[in-house]
Amino acid sequence: MTIWRYKDNINTDMLFPGKYTYTCSTAEEIKPHLLEDLDPLFAKNVKEDDLIFAGRNFGCGSSREQPVLGLKAVGIAAVVAESFARIFYRSSINQGLLLIECPEAVKAYKQGDDVFLDVEKGTLSIGSKTFSFPKLPTEILAICDAGGLLPYTRQKLKQKKKR
Amino acid sequence: MNMTFAEKILAKYAGETQVQPGQIVTVRPDHLLMHDNAAPIIAKIIPELKEYGVYSKDLPVIVLDHVIPAAAEKNALQHKQIREFVKTYKIPHFFDVGDGVCHQIILEKGLALPGTLILGSDSHTCSYGAVGAFSSGIDRTEAAALLLTGETWLKIPQSIKITLQKKLSRWVTAKDVILSIIGDVSASGADYCSVEFHGAVSQFSVDERFTIANMGVEMGAKNAMFPVDDVTMQYLSSIGVSKSKYKPVHPDAGATYERELTYDLSAIEPVVAVPHSVDNVKSISEVEGIEIQQCLLGTCTNGRVSDFKAAAKILKGKKVHPAVRLLLLPASRTIYLDAVQEGYIKTLVEAGGTVLPPGCGPCLGAHQGALAPGERCLSTSNRNFKGRMGCKDADIYLASPVTVAVSALHGKITDPRKEAKK
Repeated sequence: MTIWRYKDNINTDMLFPGKYTYTCSTAEEIKPHLLEDLDPLFAKNVKEDDLIFAGRNFGCGSSREQPVLGLKAVGIAAVVAESFARIFYRSSINQGLLLIECPEAVKAYKQGDDVFLDVEKGTLSIGSKTFSFPKLPTEILAICDAGGLLPYTRQKLKQKKKR
Repeated sequence: MNMTFAEKILAKYAGETQVQPGQIVTVRPDHLLMHDNAAPIIAKIIPELKEYGVYSKDLPVIVLDHVIPAAAEKNALQHKQIREFVKTYKIPHFFDVGDGVCHQIILEKGLALPGTLILGSDSHTCSYGAVGAFSSGIDRTEAAALLLTGETWLKIPQSIKITLQKKLSRWVTAKDVILSIIGDVSASGADYCSVEFHGAVSQFSVDERFTIANMGVEMGAKNAMFPVDDVTMQYLSSIGVSKSKYKPVHPDAGATYERELTYDLSAIEPVVAVPHSVDNVKSISEVEGIEIQQCLLGTCTNGRVSDFKAAAKILKGKKVHPAVRLLLLPASRTIYLDAVQEGYIKTLVEAGGTVLPPGCGPCLGAHQGALAPGERCLSTSNRNFKGRMGCKDADIYLASPVTVAVSALHGKITDPRKEAKK
């Protein structure tokens, strides 16, 4: 498992350049351009279950769904950041990409530390330290449990129709 | 209990009498904005649209603006798919290629009114706080769900109160105000928060309020708003919206704010946001003399008639520096026509400017006006992120229309106050 470390204010143009926004929309089209202008090695070397550790305001900038779809598609287990920008945060809920807002964990991590993520328990272990991250509010958890906003919406529409 | 603007308006839309920051509510927005991204949004829900239809044909507002006219077959096909969707579902609020940038269209067509709630699949949806609406950006998937159900969840945000005092000096603009604020609070300084502007706001026209609210998201804000006053009402009346059509929501005097900031506008100077973040704000004196190859005057941030007027005043009878390409990007067809009528476009084209179709293209590097490695652009737009204008090895600087116009003359970043002394 690789930990990809990035700084504060990683914006949506760094995650997925704007010039591709109206030509790439499927996961396969998005993957080769992920983090292209930030870290050209990312798209080449990222593997299933890798983690991203970042500073404040991760995902700031545009309403751009491609980075979320792309990170989910390449198998990023979670993005751990000191904080997230709100559209990116909502978008990740909608796609079922796990975001962990935990400044202490980001600050504690040193290169070479063993990292273990336990989604069920809601804990992230870094070296000898364990950090717990709070579960999402019930209303939002329902969206994640359904597998994202579209499956959740389909469930809701079906229930309404039955009534 | 006294409530902030966000608390009051979201309580109203949630059907609650009282709400608290952090509380999650379900709301039904008055409008849902989409642009060229309506094509991928619709593509997500084709079977559901067939089975359930759209929640309400009045909900969506669709504006083709991001890659217009189509740059390639792929864009043309998306535009065609959108037109077919509009026809099939009889969507009344549709604006085709050349009508303008979605945010300006929403404003000038009277679709954003005081006290209304608008969500949009674009981060600059926060702009309509200029007329006292609560508006915020969402993603494509959420827009798709809203098309079907008409509802979504929102968290009641904490609020930040920014009180503006005294008057701006000449040659200092609303753009300098918002850039200065973002420089102070940082790109994450208002994350998740609702930002309210109070105090000496009557000196700002709706155009200027738009510039400020538009950039709220650049400090992370969920929304940014100006209180509804005579300036707002006069503007709305000028576009044919009478007072009976809207009910303003005013924050209560004793509301609780997470933070309160005060700005002495008379102390604000022309500023420039330097690469590669909007909060990297410098006083103009620190960046004067940096050579530029392109100037972009326009966009949803500063592409209104007042912006072209200010630039035309400076460039009248003059030529931009031979090393500079001056691109003019009106925010809408109406603005374009008015600026033609007033002679501002003639002046700016005679000075060497090139008019682009009213839209967004160059601002996000999606269409026209791309930069080459090593080039610098001074722009009135809202973002200077690395790679934003199509090239990761180019630099984007953000400034006001007057700073851009004066700098275009000299081929380098120039303090507009120096030009005034001539």
